[in-house]
Amino acid sequence: MDAQTIIAKRIARELRSGMLVNLGIGIPTLVANYVPEGVNVFFQSENGLIGTGPIPEDGLAHPTLTDAGGQPVSALPGAATFDSAMSFALIRGGHLDMTVLGGLQVDARGRLANWMIPGKMVPGMGGAMDLVSGAKRVIVAMQHTAKGKPKIVKECSLPLTSVRSVDLVVTELAVIGFAGGLATLLETAPGVSVGQVMDATEAPLLKAEKIEPMRL
Amino acid sequence: MKTISIESAVALIPDGASLMVGGFMGVGTPERMIDELVRQRKSKLAIIANDTAMPGRGIGKLVGGGLLSKVVASHIGLNPETQKQMIAGKIAVDLVPQGTLIERIRAGGSGLGGILTPTGVGTVVEEGKRRLEVDGKSYLLETALRADFALVHAFLADYAGNLSYALTARNFNPVIAMAADTVIVTADHIVPVGVIAPDHVVTPAAVVDYLVTNR
Repeated sequence: MDAQTIIAKRIARELRSGMLVNLGIGIPTLVANYVPEGVNVFFQSENGLIGTGPIPEDGLAHPTLTDAGGQPVSALPGAATFDSAMSFALIRGGHLDMTVLGGLQVDARGRLANWMIPGKMVPGMGGAMDLVSGAKRVIVAMQHTAKGKPKIVKECSLPLTSVRSVDLVVTELAVIGFAGGLATLLETAPGVSVGQVMDATEAPLLKAEKIEPMRL
Repeated sequence: MKTISIESAVALIPDGASLMVGGFMGVGTPERMIDELVRQRKSKLAIIANDTAMPGRGIGKLVGGGLLSKVVASHIGLNPETQKQMIAGKIAVDLVPQGTLIERIRAGGSGLGGILTPTGVGTVVEEGKRRLEVDGKSYLLETALRADFALVHAFLADYAGNLSYALTARNFNPVIAMAADTVIVTADHIVPVGVIAPDHVVTPAAVVDYLVTNR
């Protein structure tokens, strides 16, 4: 199983029926492919849709039915559309149960940087700052390292997305939580040792009383 | 409300004007007005919109044609040309969190001086802004935004100027329709008055100044 699939499958296990969930672009989008059987969630696209469904079959794409990346999606029965003010009222107003976003860095206290690399990549924050500030639960989906360098660091060197701590970071190696305010290793992926996770992490990592194997 | 040709509508817009433009990655953008702005070779326009779309589409055409001197948006990542002109100093770009941007516009159209949002507290977005504590929580004071013109695209417009929108093409459109001195609308379909039921009108005709006729 490749890294992205491991991450997406593990995060999908956090979904519960009735949740309103926003998935970011990239690995987060893949989470929708692994919704557990019997679990019914509402997916939101922040461009103004609840009830976002799969990519339409060839020939069935509609130019005014798109996701936040501008790509064609479908709308499931019971879907709703609305303007951007309503969409972000849902996000900031305590109505969004979970958001899953990509990450560039997460620090020891769970603070996320995911929107710019000064001098290199300045795409704009889009909805990321509102999502991290406003969602009830924030899950970061990212590879554990980038070009061999740890992405879970002592202090973010990149500009923060929010000062609010994220709830969970899921990588292809581990699940890390921040319930006590500091990065804590909760689970390791199949075939991955605690030592491997420690070696690939720059931030000091507390160990949960019982580190569980990641179930996929 | 007046009906107007596309040429005359865009001729109302002077060089240097500020424009709010509907659309999200080009979806729901009044594409005919964009094309006409390019054809009439407008210059030094200031754009307030969610994003600058991609090259060759929607606001991307205004960027590519060199019509813009200022952009206020939440995302320019899908248009490398915007970033190039920003780095070259041709376009001043102000990046604003999407939820903050739309609320600032909503405030501008609602007679409010601004809004208080937790988004951006403690980040670079806070620079130069006032932080206020309300009931023990921190917020940034974000001021209202208005523009000279709002360029709106609807799905249906009736001949009175009532508007309804289609699916995800709604996005910024009904919000900017409240926040500009002059509101110009294009629509996929222009229908007789009464076809849009009162319950289904999203933007009431009273706020629309010009409806561009379809060919």
